[in-house]
Amino acid sequence: MQLDFTPEEEAFRLEVREFIEAEYPQPLRDKMNAGAAPNKQDYVTWQQILHRKGWIAPRWPEQYGGTGWSPTQSYIFDEEISAAQTPRVMPFGLTMLGPVLLSFGSEDQKQQYLPAILDSTTWWCQGYSEPDAGSDLASLKTQAVDKGDHYLVNGSKIWTTYAHYADKMFCLVRTSSEGRKQQGISFVLLDMNDPGVEVAPIITNNGLHTVNQVFLKDVKVPKENLVGEEGAGWTIAKYLLGHERTVIAGVAASKQQMKRLKTIAEQETQQGQPLWQDNRFRDRVAEVSIDLLALEQTNMRVLSDESAGRGPGPEASLLKIRGTEIQQMITELLAEAVGYYGLPYHKEVLLSGWGETEPVGPDYAAPLLPHYFDWRKSSIYGGSNEIQKNIIAKAVLGL
Amino acid sequence: MDYQLNELQQMLQQSAEKYIERDYDFLTRQSRAASDLGYSQQQWQQFAELGWLGLPFNEEDGGFGGGAGEIMVLMEAFGRGLVLEPYLASIVLSGQLFARLGNTEQKADLLPKLIDGSCKLALAHSEPGSRYELERVQSKADSNDASYLLSGQKSVVLNGNDADYYLISARTGGAGDIDAEGISLFLVAADSPGLTVRGYRTADGLQAADLTFEQLEVAESALLGEPGNAFEAIEWCFDQGIAALSAEALGCMEILHQTTVEYLQTRKQFDTPIGKFQVLQHAAVDMFIALSQSRSMVYLAADRADSARDQRRAALSAAKNFIGRAGRLMGQSATQLHGGVGMSDELNVSHYFKRLTTINTWLGDDNHHLAQYSDSLL
Repeated sequence: MQLDFTPEEEAFRLEVREFIEAEYPQPLRDKMNAGAAPNKQDYVTWQQILHRKGWIAPRWPEQYGGTGWSPTQSYIFDEEISAAQTPRVMPFGLTMLGPVLLSFGSEDQKQQYLPAILDSTTWWCQGYSEPDAGSDLASLKTQAVDKGDHYLVNGSKIWTTYAHYADKMFCLVRTSSEGRKQQGISFVLLDMNDPGVEVAPIITNNGLHTVNQVFLKDVKVPKENLVGEEGAGWTIAKYLLGHERTVIAGVAASKQQMKRLKTIAEQETQQGQPLWQDNRFRDRVAEVSIDLLALEQTNMRVLSDESAGRGPGPEASLLKIRGTEIQQMITELLAEAVGYYGLPYHKEVLLSGWGETEPVGPDYAAPLLPHYFDWRKSSIYGGSNEIQKNIIAKAVLGL
Repeated sequence: MDYQLNELQQMLQQSAEKYIERDYDFLTRQSRAASDLGYSQQQWQQFAELGWLGLPFNEEDGGFGGGAGEIMVLMEAFGRGLVLEPYLASIVLSGQLFARLGNTEQKADLLPKLIDGSCKLALAHSEPGSRYELERVQSKADSNDASYLLSGQKSVVLNGNDADYYLISARTGGAGDIDAEGISLFLVAADSPGLTVRGYRTADGLQAADLTFEQLEVAESALLGEPGNAFEAIEWCFDQGIAALSAEALGCMEILHQTTVEYLQTRKQFDTPIGKFQVLQHAAVDMFIALSQSRSMVYLAADRADSARDQRRAALSAAKNFIGRAGRLMGQSATQLHGGVGMSDELNVSHYFKRLTTINTWLGDDNHHLAQYSDSLL
């Protein structure tokens, strides 16, 4: 056992840190530090900076643009970009579709789509959930009828993050209603500009527009846009979820938020002294901090097992469960820390920060309560935490 | 970054687990616990033969030079077997503290007997008023020519009714009762005149004692280390104890988890194995999550047990707090999921539950260590 990072790993950390310090554009940095939500251009700007350095797809094979990093290096990289509070790299193309195409896609599909994922010229969105298929994803009804050289797709997808930014969507559709419901599902790619695709915004509890309902009416999807075999969609979806879970623990981002919580609690006052001096408040932070440490150590242990050739199995679901629970606790403590000044609602500040305007209350306060509301989504998306527990119960405990 | 056991640790783990499987089934454990001694001297001798009693001591002292990582794998196996023998009291806590403070002569005199199993120690530090505060010592040691006169009380001394020697802390200086400065440590034979030992069993079937001493005279040579300077070593040895106890707790949790999942798979109600009910599945998953993270914290505790003081203390408090909470969840959930049978004394579940509960109290409970950790954030 050697739980600390090696000198080589620490040198790598420094390299990443220096790169971010040099390349992270100041205006974007200011906006992100103010807690504002990045827009499409912000995401693309940062992703293209990483792409130029060759660091946009750490977990891809090197021949397709990956970095060849060890799991530990990828983890260190995540820690550093989280600590710098850059926009997060949108997962849809890079951590979801990319690995799927690499494992299941045809050579043509790889040639056609991977380069534009790497340089962020195509924005992908994920067409999984439907109004009547959430946790029970396999009961999805969007129908793809075989019309010879194409499928005719009808149905609706919901909770589609940034569908209004997207150029394309990867999508689970039903190509057969025979046999088990998992067997009739296929994985297809469609163009958001195709006739029959309509995007309707859904405003969430923070007042912002991030997710959508997507209506698909007689959309023609050419057969060459089928990924893998017809009927292999469920296998692909499960593969993809496995990829997502270790990333979703979000340890590095939570560590960053804990630092922010301390900074804010040192500035807030209670009974004439910094809130951070208040033992009742700080003890609650301490408990979350210990839970985060336990999660971090578990995440590292999973990475170490992975390096030793014992890849993360379904037990990695626990990283998603605990990761999101801890993230939510931190958003709650952050909102609580600012007291009354958590209450004023300024939508424009959520989008672009205070800028030249005189802030109402401390400049850090406005986004905290909306963020708390918004982050309840984390235990729902990516397979709700209850579904994750079902997975562990079945696949690990044999219940 | 590497979380894998090294070769030595893997070997130790295999031999300890094999020993527990072969020599420490639950019924045998219960009959040993019910004996007068409360454990088996024969097993203790076997520990000596296996080299476990010398594990943490330096090779020049006759030991094997093992560290917290080696003790960890041993204690995890002990947790699985609910081992009764006083390894924590005699070797991990007292033995290591003695070896750290004792001079060459003192060590040459006692360590061989400790390592060959013919002599046992107990650490007498906590007092009725001190709770978990290590700096609060009211017992006094007055210098008297070439001897010291010890007076005071020590509470719930682990393995206190059976030790051949005690390590008794007492104040030779310092400002008042609460001061890290001025605490000295003495080696005191159990049969010393003026020492009263009131022994008893603890809730988990182990044993402890309260000590009272009035004008107990010990020779100057009984002093371990410099006068007034024992605190740092006591604190260090508590941290070694925390790392070891956390590993023992992990072993207990493994068995509880395994036993509970098996029960859910086999117990039928409403014509179906109760493990098919989602509400019970999720409770079992919560146990799995606690168990998995506890392992990580046990590794962290062992890894940080010899770090610089501030880093060490914060990490060990974090570990002890986490293990305390996880152990409570495991014990309570295992009992609940077993239903009525979980309450019975005959089933091992209730005994693992009790051990996890007492482990939380030993060396500072989850609340105490939360406060310690919280203060380290300031």
